Amino acid sequence: MEACVVGASTGGVAALRRLLRGLDAGFRPSVIVVQHTGTEGFGMLVSLLRDSCALPVSEARAREPVLPGHVYLAPPRYHLLVEHRRHFSLSVDERVCHVRPSADVLFASAAEVWREQLVAVLLTGANDDGARGAAQVRGLGGKLIVQDPAEAEAPEMPAAALRLAGADHLLPLAGIAPLLMKLAGRPAA
Amino acid sequence: MHLTDRQDIEIALFVEALRKRHGYDFGQYAPASFKRRVLGLATALHLRSVSELTERVIHDDGFIHAVIERLSVPVSELFREPQTFVALREHVLPQLASYPHINIWQAGCAHGEEAYSMAILLREAGMYERAQIYATDFSDAALAKAQEGIYPSREMPLYLENYRKAGGKARLQDYCTEKYDYLKMHDELRAHITFANHNLVSDGVFGEMHLILCRNVLIYFTDPLQDRVLGLFRDSLVRGGYLCIGIKESLSFSAVAADFQLLSRELPVFRRVAPKAVP
Repeated sequence: MEACVVGASTGGVAALRRLLRGLDAGFRPSVIVVQHTGTEGFGMLVSLLRDSCALPVSEARAREPVLPGHVYLAPPRYHLLVEHRRHFSLSVDERVCHVRPSADVLFASAAEVWREQLVAVLLTGANDDGARGAAQVRGLGGKLIVQDPAEAEAPEMPAAALRLAGADHLLPLAGIAPLLMKLAGRPAA
Repeated sequence: MHLTDRQDIEIALFVEALRKRHGYDFGQYAPASFKRRVLGLATALHLRSVSELTERVIHDDGFIHAVIERLSVPVSELFREPQTFVALREHVLPQLASYPHINIWQAGCAHGEEAYSMAILLREAGMYERAQIYATDFSDAALAKAQEGIYPSREMPLYLENYRKAGGKARLQDYCTEKYDYLKMHDELRAHITFANHNLVSDGVFGEMHLILCRNVLIYFTDPLQDRVLGLFRDSLVRGGYLCIGIKESLSFSAVAADFQLLSRELPVFRRVAPKAVP
């Protein structure tokens, strides 16, 4: 696995903190996160995740190369995409599934770049963003991990992904970080 | 071969057709977002593939307008990214106030939201009467909509919030008329705006500008095209003139960075500095 894309919405901040806490400082894949949030809450989100994570966490910037072992967050009100030469680009095109940034947009572009080296994770959320992107990830040979809707704070987003894309792994939140560690070739903590 | 790889071939041919048939060059657009737009265009026009788009672009004379409209800068908001307007009001307009006549170029104007926002800002600073805003886009359809200045009322709450955060001095409703489900910007705001066709990819320098606004356009360009456009802006600005780009854009990856000085670390407003003398 070279990269991991994560989509989350309602309830996502707590879920992301828990997920990122389970990745150690030796985790090498790039982690790229879309969490639906307002402009006001974004600075807080970055610092919360920074406190929860052994890896460096920052806002993804246009034209910046995607580094291994780094956690990136999509900035509010912009779509985040990955270009073939593995740098980020941003867009202010129409909202997708009523949201911008959209996990669909990130997942689809990352799927094209990393193909079977990509793992996508869909967490709690109250809309259906990410389902189409997740299907594209699987269609291009990447793996999809979906949080069990039964234990997600908001079940719609993981449930929509299951309906449209199925999943390679359906797990409770607590099981996702250990699986990512394993897929990245890290010994279990 | 996977569908997505076949689509990449189709898009390369589509770009070639646009260039050879109509003279539009999209070859230096950032590929990921461009692909998304082209696939969206095909879907919106109920075409099964990008190849069908290419066929229509080549053989159907009037079709190009719909294509250019969908591939141009997306719509914006009144006072989008309001903190930028605060910076313009506090740091840039006082500097421009000393000029007897002020030229402003708003590049990539889409449906005109930014041009009208700028007109309001200038009015509230008492500078609009001696200002001229050139609002340009490469889409004639977008320019026609910009000229009308009509926006859906459902956007009004967002516009009002932006205007408040931008430090607006009046009521936004004073600058437009709401009727049915639309709001129309008042004619007096249009008095000093000239809407004109200009393509940043292929056209040249634009006048002796004191301020250039080009926000959330450069994000769609690859590095070489961004450098071309920034060079164009540099050469269009008077010495000491200002360039304002989007809050997520920067000059740090660009060859022209040395010709500009950043006004404040928080905001993407730059001042053109004198070229360095050759020793």
